[in-house]
Amino acid sequence: MKYFTPFLSGLLFGLGLLVSGMNDPQKVRAFLDVFGSWQPELIAVMGAAVVTFFIVFQLSKSRNKPLFASSFHLPSLQEVDRRLITGAVMFGTGWGLVGLCPGPALVDVLSGNESVLIFVGALIAGNRLAHYFVGPVKSS
Amino acid sequence: MWDEIGGGFLIGAAASLLWVGIGRISGMTGVLSSLFLVMDSGRHWALAFLVGLLAAWPVMQAIGYSTPINITDNTGLLIAAGLLVGFGTYIGNGCTSGHGVCGMGRLSFRSFVATLTFIAAGIVTVAMMNAVGLSL
Repeated sequence: MKYFTPFLSGLLFGLGLLVSGMNDPQKVRAFLDVFGSWQPELIAVMGAAVVTFFIVFQLSKSRNKPLFASSFHLPSLQEVDRRLITGAVMFGTGWGLVGLCPGPALVDVLSGNESVLIFVGALIAGNRLAHYFVGPVKSS
Repeated sequence: MWDEIGGGFLIGAAASLLWVGIGRISGMTGVLSSLFLVMDSGRHWALAFLVGLLAAWPVMQAIGYSTPINITDNTGLLIAAGLLVGFGTYIGNGCTSGHGVCGMGRLSFRSFVATLTFIAAGIVTVAMMNAVGLSL
């Protein structure tokens, strides 16, 4: 179950991205085109996902450990700092340029679409460049 | 609209399953970084998650669901965007999944700020590209 659970979660996540159309860059860019021909439908994807996770997360608070592991791993970072904002601005800019964020880009990989593969190559390169030149957040 | 709600529910269910099942936040940025941490047994779940994620495309094809990908073929734009997204999500510790879905779902102020910031940056970028006539 230790590996089947994340496998199934990944599969469901990917199916959700594909069913919702989040994997289509044109649709994502139309969602971001607030001052042009805005298509707001994708807000429903995030809305439904956030509400579902919110409910289950609240319910999980009555448990002291997950079903198939020894502890919950809650993100430790809480501050809003320059690093967070810089990263979010860079990410949002790249997201707007092409219309792909990491999840949809990965789920589109096996389509073999050449543009997607170029994007994913650069995505991985960007991740590694940040790792080597900036490094992970120092946990205090 | 039902596709969006249904798809969003599936994403929320996937994130819920990972949290309740093994106590992990389903963030794609962390999953991506985990590709380079294969020696770290604490990250092995992320590789299983990635295999499941990649399997979604062939599964959808097998059941005959058509999933269009309309994307630019401008190589320079693709590389610039990929680098920005890869670099930005690494230093910002998350993207649409980790901050957007899981972070907002657990009412993290940090994730609300990150999500509003990257959506705003995306909106500005698309508006600026439209203004100079650079479109998909």
